[in-house]
Amino acid sequence: MKTVRIGYLTRVEGKAELDLTIDGEEVKDLKLKIYEEPRFFEALLIGRSFEEAVELTSRICGICYVTHQLSSVRAVEKVLGVEVNDRIRLLRRLIAIGGIISSHCLHLYLLALPDVLGLPDVFTADPKLLVKALRLKAVGDKLVELIGGRGVHPVSIVVGGFTYTPPKDKLMELAQSLKEAKKTAVESVPLFSADKFPKFEVDCERVALSNPEEYAINEGRVKSNKGLDISEDEFRAFIEETQVPHSTAKHSKVKGRGSYMVGPLSRVNLNFSQLSDDAREAAEASGFKFPSSNPFAANMARLLEVISLIDEALELIDAYREGPVRVPFQVKGGSAGAITEAPRGMNYHWYSIGDDGLIKAADISPPTCQNARRVEDDLREYVPTIAHLSEKEIASRCAMLIRAYDPCISCAVHSIEVKVKKL
Amino acid sequence: MKLKVGVFKFTSCSGCQVELIRMNEQLPELLNLVEFKYWAMASSKLEDGPYDLALVEGAISTPECIEEVKAIREKSRVLVALGDCAVTGGVPSIRNWMSQREAETIVYPKPGCIRSTRVYGIDEYVKVDYYLKGCPPRLENILEVFKAVILGVKPRLRQHPVCVECKFYENECLLTTYKQPCMGPVTAAGCGAICPNVGRVCEGCYGPMSDPNIASMVERLKEIGLSDDEILRKFRKYAGMSKLYREVAKL
Ligand code: SF4
Ligand code: SF4
Ligand code: SF4
Repeated sequence: MKTVRIGYLTRVEGKAELDLTIDGEEVKDLKLKIYEEPRFFEALLIGRSFEEAVELTSRICGICYVTHQLSSVRAVEKVLGVEVNDRIRLLRRLIAIGGIISSHCLHLYLLALPDVLGLPDVFTADPKLLVKALRLKAVGDKLVELIGGRGVHPVSIVVGGFTYTPPKDKLMELAQSLKEAKKTAVESVPLFSADKFPKFEVDCERVALSNPEEYAINEGRVKSNKGLDISEDEFRAFIEETQVPHSTAKHSKVKGRGSYMVGPLSRVNLNFSQLSDDAREAAEASGFKFPSSNPFAANMARLLEVISLIDEALELIDAYREGPVRVPFQVKGGSAGAITEAPRGMNYHWYSIGDDGLIKAADISPPTCQNARRVEDDLREYVPTIAHLSEKEIASRCAMLIRAYDPCISCAVHSIEVKVKKL
Repeated sequence: MKLKVGVFKFTSCSGCQVELIRMNEQLPELLNLVEFKYWAMASSKLEDGPYDLALVEGAISTPECIEEVKAIREKSRVLVALGDCAVTGGVPSIRNWMSQREAETIVYPKPGCIRSTRVYGIDEYVKVDYYLKGCPPRLENILEVFKAVILGVKPRLRQHPVCVECKFYENECLLTTYKQPCMGPVTAAGCGAICPNVGRVCEGCYGPMSDPNIASMVERLKEIGLSDDEILRKFRKYAGMSKLYREVAKL
């Protein structure tokens, strides 16, 4: 029996560990252990005001704060019966786009690119490449900052809209950098093309929001390649969560079926025709064919989204007119849930609020929780195809597959350590 | 010689690390001066100390964390608490005011296998050289610490309240003019009055300034109509475990 141990699965957000025992080609045991210290967000919301949900749930994750704020604000607004205006909806879409660009670029260039380049990190990569890539990321950061008042954990998103009207001229200034950034994104296609990744296909359910009006981010129906088609209000009726002993992240399943994938690949597969022309052209050049059943294609899906969403951001900035961005409302009790597409996939928030405006219960299902079981299932199919390799190589390939999901362990509530044991 | 730096994570959201990564194009410049020996989120190269500078993000909430943070302290010349979670326990510390089992049961149906203790800032267990307040601390504040440690001087981190920065931007006062519950008068400056700049009250995310007049803040909040419970929630959000706030937090 041989044992290989990598101390930490690095270049992911948060702490987790993979336990793997192989006998010949057979996977004897496989556990993705997510045991980062839990933070009990659902509990610490109880007794807080409905207004604090946005601010507090933002702290679930230091990468996808925007989507936590947006799912949260939409769920609370549904409870209170607040109808926001089109300007608010436009700004929310624009800040969500900023958040996705920023998060995708962080993942692509800082976390995933070293695998492609065969380096431990990008710190030793070509500084010219690094500067360009980080300028691209900076545009997403700036978009969030301009609308949200702050880059990490924005402050202007509140129930009923925004606390201030972002100046159009400032957004117009950003448009120029967006155009530059798009060039970098398009030039990056060869970096993440199909020939850089293993050829591995796996059949599974891929779930994402879908909306006939637009490439779904903040609003849509929950759909899948296996026929799921439900409203966000039906989420809990169709998706079940279980606690597993080896993890502080809960696992999700489609009831009566099994694990499923959320995230950029699910979105691009499902809503490919709504990507911008240049993004679809980039897809042609990438060597991947969408819809793709190769989980490693998720990196390309991220890049396509970056390209397409920059195109859309430019249109939104053009269409934006300054004006009132806050609607009045009355406090009342009730319960409701809302889903937005986080960079890593669907993010579900549900609250029950009393007539006094205090939160009585909360249910939050971030994308990494939903993906946790799917990652294990993918690995179970992937490992037999690479079982002939050395333990070290197996470990690094598994790490790469896990990374393709861009797991956000803090979101899932929880260092990834990869241990491979060969019998 | 480049400064040897380690970045570590405990109970946190990683937002403080992400704020550091927000230096973007400035990163290659910083890399000329520092070497990241240990930064799991950004590199697969994990080198053991000694470190010239350790940036520690996150609160301490399990027995394992206590041992780890002590080990990091022993290997580090300068240790910095990066962000509210590390400074006082931050947002995760809100749960200290609910019974432990209650918190665990609400999130996990079978709480038996989940272990956690009360949530504290890191100085409950180790000596901290500098505190970077904020949720997250602003990038400029973080870079100030890098500069200071490289130059071997003390970093200049502001001790006055947010109001001073707010007046600099000539904002109309939300507290006196609009009777909104702004925590600016007791909150440490450094953020550049981000919230009032965009029409929102300061929620106190930088924690207490050096010498806050808490009694008068509580009085003001009462005057504008906040209940004791609402006031309590204000103080028990980002820095409820701060020694300066603990008293009110018992209110
Ligand atoms: S201080 Fe705030 S931003 Fe930093 S890790 Fe804690 S919750 Fe996240
Ligand atoms: S708005 Fe808040 S931070 Fe600004 S001066 Fe008034 S109390 Fe101080
Ligand atoms: S104004 Fe207050 S709440 Fe806002 S960023 Fe500054 S310290 Fe934090």
